[in-house]
Amino acid sequence: MLELQDICYETENGKLILDHINAKIEDHFVVITGPNGSGKSTLAKVIAGILQPSQGRILFQGEDITDWSITERANHGISYAFQQPVRFKGLTVRDLMSLAAGKDASLNELCELLSEVGLCAKDYIQRDLDGSLSGGELKRIEIAMAFARNSALTLFDEPEAGIDLWSFQKLIHVFEKMVATNDGNILIISHQERILEIADKILYLKDGQVAKFDTRDQVLPEIMGVPAGACRVLTEKMKED
Amino acid sequence: MGTIEQNILKEVAGLDALPVGAYNIRTNGASSARNTTANIDIVTKEDKPGINIIIKPGTTNESVHIPVVVSEAGLKDMVYNDFYIGENADVTIIAGCGIHSCGDADSGHDGIHTFYVAKGAKVRYVEKHYGEGDADATGKRLMNPTTVVHLGENAQMTMETSQISGIDDTLRITEADLADGAKLEIHDSIMTTGEQNADAQFTADLNGEDCSCNIVSRTVAKGNSRQHYTSTLNGNNRCAGHTECDSILMDNAYVLATPQLSAATTEASLIHEAAIGKIAGEQLIKLMTLGLTEEEAEEQIISGFLK
Repeated sequence: MLELQDICYETENGKLILDHINAKIEDHFVVITGPNGSGKSTLAKVIAGILQPSQGRILFQGEDITDWSITERANHGISYAFQQPVRFKGLTVRDLMSLAAGKDASLNELCELLSEVGLCAKDYIQRDLDGSLSGGELKRIEIAMAFARNSALTLFDEPEAGIDLWSFQKLIHVFEKMVATNDGNILIISHQERILEIADKILYLKDGQVAKFDTRDQVLPEIMGVPAGACRVLTEKMKED
Repeated sequence: MGTIEQNILKEVAGLDALPVGAYNIRTNGASSARNTTANIDIVTKEDKPGINIIIKPGTTNESVHIPVVVSEAGLKDMVYNDFYIGENADVTIIAGCGIHSCGDADSGHDGIHTFYVAKGAKVRYVEKHYGEGDADATGKRLMNPTTVVHLGENAQMTMETSQISGIDDTLRITEADLADGAKLEIHDSIMTTGEQNADAQFTADLNGEDCSCNIVSRTVAKGNSRQHYTSTLNGNNRCAGHTECDSILMDNAYVLATPQLSAATTEASLIHEAAIGKIAGEQLIKLMTLGLTEEEAEEQIISGFLK
């Protein structure tokens, strides 16, 4: 499905964010997790074509897509739900949802998609996707847009970020449903235990490297017991105290 | 009326056929079609070019179309239109002017519209300016509209004005004064391309107690075009005023935004906002992840922004 071959990403000032990533992602529901700054979002952006890797190849459904543009990747079945939703002055929820669906979405279709994320279409479709919506509302619409694309591979970058805990409990059901229906593959960046618990496989990134990539049963007990990203200096200091 | 004129009417007033209700269509400096209704009268001025549109008090659910078409090269049309809107009327007025240039002489239309909106009346005013021309036409298309609005007690006016393409040079002046409880809402959209120049000046005197004014301007400047936007709110009483100018700047274009506020009383609450910048990269990227090319994404962002 998706194969990352020796992917590196180096910033302009020489910092290596992704350090020789190798992974074959074939399972239906894969979660990428790891401490802050481990390179999770960068990896998602490299897969979506927003960032170009410094080295390595990306294969998607057997084709080398490394040099493809964002648009080409999108049109070949890669969707990406941003961690920080983008705001638009003048474009409405309906406009964006229709662009995502690739057609003029009917009220019924919009109702179905938006109700999945806990929004009533009638209250939202005419509204601009701008600062008049709350962060949580924007995030839910971002997730609904990804659903609307119905792609072969959907990347979600921390869908829980910006959504209150109560609402997220409901959103979990949406992901559980996606797992059950087997429509397209999901690659999701998350720190949420409940998301990790429904993963087929977990890719644990640390310092830009694949620290672990295995089934949930193998990875979860290990990472849940480790204080992810704990500062070595502070840990030593705490021991001294 | 020829195909060129019909096309312009469609562009500026959305008309495929003669409209329902009152109308006056002005073609190349003269009235070419007119209709009045029991409540809306249109009378030709005797002292200068133009018309008086008189709307009876209490008129509701009626509209007036007054489009202007200029299709003769070298024609400089000047017109004074006065609107008298009776108490408690609630009407829509569709204005608009289109120029088709076909020669090397400049063509222009200067419309001076004055509104007298009586107590409790509500007006929605839509004005669209548009220019087009033959491929070999070198004459410039010029438009200098002036709109003066006098809003009586508790009167309301919403103006939707736009100039999206084809006008080479423009000076757009809008002046308003508001009595007690009056409300003015202006949404203005401008796009300039190539070597075009657009100057827009808004001034509102908020004289009445509890009156309010909101001016929202969205502009896009492309190519080597230049825009200057000035918006002045004078708070002379307990009132609320807000003016906002947002511009997307592209290529080598230039935009100057000058919002200005004056308050003569501590009870005046006035706010201005102005922002100029290029299209946000993240907006382009988001639309590209939905399958649009960069050009399609840019088009989508601009058309939404100017909507």
